Amino acid sequence: MKYETDVVVLGGGGGGMAAAKAADKNGANVILIEREEENGGVLNQCIHNGFGIHYYRKDLTGPEFKETLQEELANTNIKILNSAFVLNVNKDKQLTFVNHKGIHEIKTKALVMATGARERHFNSLAVPGDRVAGIFTAGVAQKYINLQNLKPANSALIVGSGDIGLIMARRLHLEGIEVKGVVEILPYPGGLERNVQQCLRDYNIPLYLSHTVTRVEGNKRLSKVYVSQVDENRQVIPNTEKVFNVDALITSVGLIPLTDPVKFVETGPGFITSNTNQTSEDWIFAAGNCTVVFDLVDYVSREGEKAGKYAALYSQNQYFPEQKVKVKKGKNINILHPMYIDPNERTKLYLRVSKTFKRAEVTVEPLGIKMIEEEARPSEMIEISIKPFKDKNLKEIEVSARELG
Amino acid sequence: MNSVEYKKKKIVCTNCPLGCKINVVYADADEIEIVEVKGNRCKRGLEFVKQEITDPLRVVVTSVKVEDGEISMASVRSDKPVPLRLMQDIMKILKETKVKAPVKRGDVVIQNILDTGSDIIATRSVNRKK
Ligand SMILES: Cc1cc2nc3c(=O)[nH]c(=O)nc-3n(C[C@H](O)[C@H](O)[C@H](O)COP(=O)(O)OP(=O)(O)OC[C@H]3O[C@@H](n4cnc5c(N)ncnc54)[C@H](O)[C@@H]3O)c2cc1C
Ligand code: SF4
Repeated sequence: MKYETDVVVLGGGGGGMAAAKAADKNGANVILIEREEENGGVLNQCIHNGFGIHYYRKDLTGPEFKETLQEELANTNIKILNSAFVLNVNKDKQLTFVNHKGIHEIKTKALVMATGARERHFNSLAVPGDRVAGIFTAGVAQKYINLQNLKPANSALIVGSGDIGLIMARRLHLEGIEVKGVVEILPYPGGLERNVQQCLRDYNIPLYLSHTVTRVEGNKRLSKVYVSQVDENRQVIPNTEKVFNVDALITSVGLIPLTDPVKFVETGPGFITSNTNQTSEDWIFAAGNCTVVFDLVDYVSREGEKAGKYAALYSQNQYFPEQKVKVKKGKNINILHPMYIDPNERTKLYLRVSKTFKRAEVTVEPLGIKMIEEEARPSEMIEISIKPFKDKNLKEIEVSARELG
Repeated sequence: MNSVEYKKKKIVCTNCPLGCKINVVYADADEIEIVEVKGNRCKRGLEFVKQEITDPLRVVVTSVKVEDGEISMASVRSDKPVPLRLMQDIMKILKETKVKAPVKRGDVVIQNILDTGSDIIATRSVNRKK
């Protein structure tokens, strides 16, 4: 079949659903495409609370956040295509997708990419030892337990102390799986402080900071994990080895933005966008974890709305940015989003610092913006609002962080 | 004269994602008396600290089995936080719990669980198997 529309949203997670909603509100005809049978993306399996505090001003679980968005979509004219996998997007604004009825084409005026991120796999860590059963990513373990009622282990060690690792530690523990600890290579936990408290300290689960997995062992199924302490340069310190007898190793070592199947836009590693979420290809917008990995779905949905709005305006020939100011990473900035600013529009700048600060001063020059952050850590995203600024000669702004004594 | 013991504690407020680190000094007598609180970014933090040093509360989140459902599990939560000390007992009950499809988000699965005054409610809808 052939379809024609104003805006296609690719991906039905928190980012994509919000984008579709906003594009519809701005008067566009919208098609939302999702490969799974139902929308929601990772929200479906994140059954804990902590979603929606900014976006809905309520503390919701992942599924509640998703159903609330879904109900909002039900009152619109958005066409939702589920169990539909997009194979190809070409430069002529044509998309190809497959579903159980075959191969289909869509002609569109604008596209919003909201494809999310995938989990980094254990094999990317290059740990020596047997390739045995019992090594899962946190997302896979989460699906087994929360959606399929399977118990993936009797005893487990978790590597990676980001929010996902911490939440899985609590989940496994409460499911009666003995969690022997969470191993983190950095000297500080990767996740939010509240999750260290309510997922580890509440249940006396040890956190091994400055530790890493050096070897795994087992005969078909995992039986031993070797862990050692590391120094400031992440080098293993000899004679610090501990052995954990576990039948599962759960990895939570980061997410990688998913930019498939669009190959012809600027990425690094996620889609690089402006403050209106426009990519290097004028008609393609992007939002959520396929741009950078956000801490909260609230940010993802807010970004999704923006992408949807500008995609709709673009499809109606109402949005043409004349000027793009580059945003440059200055000192001590690790992640920065967006990378370009249309100075006529407002900007929400998201950043992660590259090391821990007791008190950091974050500056945006030459705009003269200064922000003081107590205990800035790479794991916690910092947000800065920038008002529209009309300066025709400005080509570049720079964001940096420094320690305040 | 009775001597009063002053205690110092660093408490992480789990009310919202900001996770303020709150330093509290309190007198641990029959009646807990808070002497000093520092580090909370809003008033809710103070309430949290009081609760935390007497009887910490947490929201329960898990899944229960569904009969005749499109999928086999429905996620649930407690509508109010419950005492952390009862967490294992509540999990045990929920492990044994089965509901029949259809389930609607917000349906009460168990009322007033273990007399905590908190209901266990479904957090997702599950249709009946077709
Ligand atoms: C374990 C865990 C805990 C978290 N805890 C919290 C929390 O407490 N609070 C909070 O606010 N946030 C939390 N988050 C983060 C939040 O859930 C995510 O940031 C957010 O939901 C991501 O939304 P998204 O739309 O960018 O991506 P996703 O939800 O990944 O959605 C992307 C969608 O695109 C679809 N897709 C991809 N490629 C294609 C294709 N080619 N064709 C068709 N469809 C495609 C996918 O199927 C998927 O549904 C957590 C995340 C995880 C994993
Ligand atoms: S004190 Fe207030 S701002 Fe700080 S974590 Fe608690 S609820 Fe959030």
